[in-house]
Amino acid sequence: MTLALLIEQLLNGVQLGVMLFLAAAGLTLVFGVMGLINLAHGSLYMTGAFVCAWVAGSTGSFWLGLVAGAAAAAAAGALVEALVLRRLYDRDHLDQVLATFALILVFSEGARWIFGPQPLWLDVPAALQGAVSLPGGAAYPTYRLAIIGAGVAAAVLLWLLIARTRMGMRIRAGESDREMIGALGVNISVLYTAVFALGAGLAGFAGAMVGALQSVQVGMGEPVLILAFVVIVIGGIGSIKGALVGALLVGVVDTLGRVFLPMGFAAFLPPSEASGVGAAVASLLIYLLMAGVLVWRPKGLFPADG
Amino acid sequence: MAETATPPQTRPETRSETRHGPAAWREPLVSLALLALLAGCAIWADAAGEPYYVNLASRIAILAMAGAGLNLALGFGGMVSFGHAAFFGLGGYAAGIAAHHAMNYEPVFAWPFVIEASDQMPAIWLAGMVMAGLAGLVFGALSLRTSGVYFIMITLAFAQMIYYFAVSWPAYGGEDGLSIYVRNSFPGLDSYDPLSFFALAFAGLLATMGITRVLMSSRFGAALSMARLNETRLATAGIRPFPIRLTAFGVSAVLTGWAGALYADLNGFVSPAMMSWHMSGELIVFCILGGVGRLAGPVAGAAAWVLLETFLGGATERWPFFLGLALLAVVLFFRGGIVGALAGKPRDG
Repeated sequence: MTLALLIEQLLNGVQLGVMLFLAAAGLTLVFGVMGLINLAHGSLYMTGAFVCAWVAGSTGSFWLGLVAGAAAAAAAGALVEALVLRRLYDRDHLDQVLATFALILVFSEGARWIFGPQPLWLDVPAALQGAVSLPGGAAYPTYRLAIIGAGVAAAVLLWLLIARTRMGMRIRAGESDREMIGALGVNISVLYTAVFALGAGLAGFAGAMVGALQSVQVGMGEPVLILAFVVIVIGGIGSIKGALVGALLVGVVDTLGRVFLPMGFAAFLPPSEASGVGAAVASLLIYLLMAGVLVWRPKGLFPADG
Repeated sequence: MAETATPPQTRPETRSETRHGPAAWREPLVSLALLALLAGCAIWADAAGEPYYVNLASRIAILAMAGAGLNLALGFGGMVSFGHAAFFGLGGYAAGIAAHHAMNYEPVFAWPFVIEASDQMPAIWLAGMVMAGLAGLVFGALSLRTSGVYFIMITLAFAQMIYYFAVSWPAYGGEDGLSIYVRNSFPGLDSYDPLSFFALAFAGLLATMGITRVLMSSRFGAALSMARLNETRLATAGIRPFPIRLTAFGVSAVLTGWAGALYADLNGFVSPAMMSWHMSGELIVFCILGGVGRLAGPVAGAAAWVLLETFLGGATERWPFFLGLALLAVVLFFRGGIVGALAGKPRDG
């Protein structure tokens, strides 16, 4: 185990973490403000990736695709909120689960219908190709570093929006008392649509960025959705800070576990078994982390409300 | 607080009113009619020489059974579990693993103690129920520390944990799953005969619904209903909600695991897909589509789902799209599900 490998994997973990944060931020925001559990959040992530890949493929510009992907996800989010989800805020979670599960079916099959059954591919933009050399002698892909940078920038902007602007003040007010801010004359339904579009846009942005690292295909949002759930359960539902800490924790633990556990098992098992056992245990690691946090703090690390 | 302010003499009156509502006599009729219809269709299809439709009826019966297991936790106990596919899959793997070892004439375990493989369904069902029940107790004990949306997400996460474990564990096929080359047998029956297999599945469904009914009309069931309706009141009556909920969750996992063992034998195949969160979602859909907390709800829900899937799938390749739209319409405009539409409002809605 060399220092270079450790740094490289740590960066991979942080990169997964910031992407998870972008996906989880919308989920936790929507739950905090509207009290809605949105299973279709992964579909918005997928929408961002598909539109980005399609626009980049037909115009040749990754940057145009990135903007289009985030915008399309935000628009799809606003549309779904206005047409369907708005009617579900007063219902119990069971109805919300069923409706958003139905939306997943519609989105996944819709994407297959529009973009075809084959996965799309998205190239890393020319400016971010190549690698940067790290202390310790390893080379690390520039694009992954750029993802970390973009994720951190998005997190800072989100924090500024929520802590420093009038819109952010209303979002925070909506989190603590929905009825009261309506009574004070804030147009609640516009606010809700805006919050939903914001969360969807962040997810779409994350999907578009990750689209260049993996194939863009139907169902790509679902593993991310599950991980985002783990993240916000660890962080505390409704808390942006919790989502950030939870995302980094999950990203780093998952990545390091997958690399180092098989190596660790190889110390006392034959190599063929060690990789299998190591991979199986590594896949459990973040869930064990979640169970541990729950036993210690049932409301997550940063409970949003008392 | 509002409840304690109600004058005590009005309480028995409202209770008798709801007891004598339409659901009180219509619901058992609807349940019996649905079950009779399912059994009638299977027998008729067998007589008409259509094994495909007999197997379709078996599929409905088994999925209804899994849904009925979930309904005990979700409908009657108010615990919205998004992870019941894990128990369904564990039951399935019990059947798959037993058949795998029985075919090779080797024990399931040789160390630290020997467990011989069996291809007898009663032994396999027991194994599946024990596995699912143990998992249910562990997941339940951890998840029930929380409630509401946390509970939904945590049960989902635990099910995904089992799912990924099955995917990455190579001994039993990993992602590719495990084929059951020879269907497990049941003493005194030819399990390959479609109607006989349907009879097994149907008996399982009846048993699951019977257990649910007996539990819910007992003192335990009353406590479980109260844990759902008003936890504080239950605690005031001197009953701790947690053990009641955990027991219900465990029984629910056991019943769903039993259904899983049957499902694996029906398909001759078990794979991690049986534990995927899509499956958990489908089980929830059965309950809601049929009517949450209604005894026959999952039967109506599973039948509607399987028939829609089969006939929409025959009509268009894009069937998930239209199925999704249909589900959305049900949530938005038809509350109470199929049994609610047939039998009126429930007693304590």
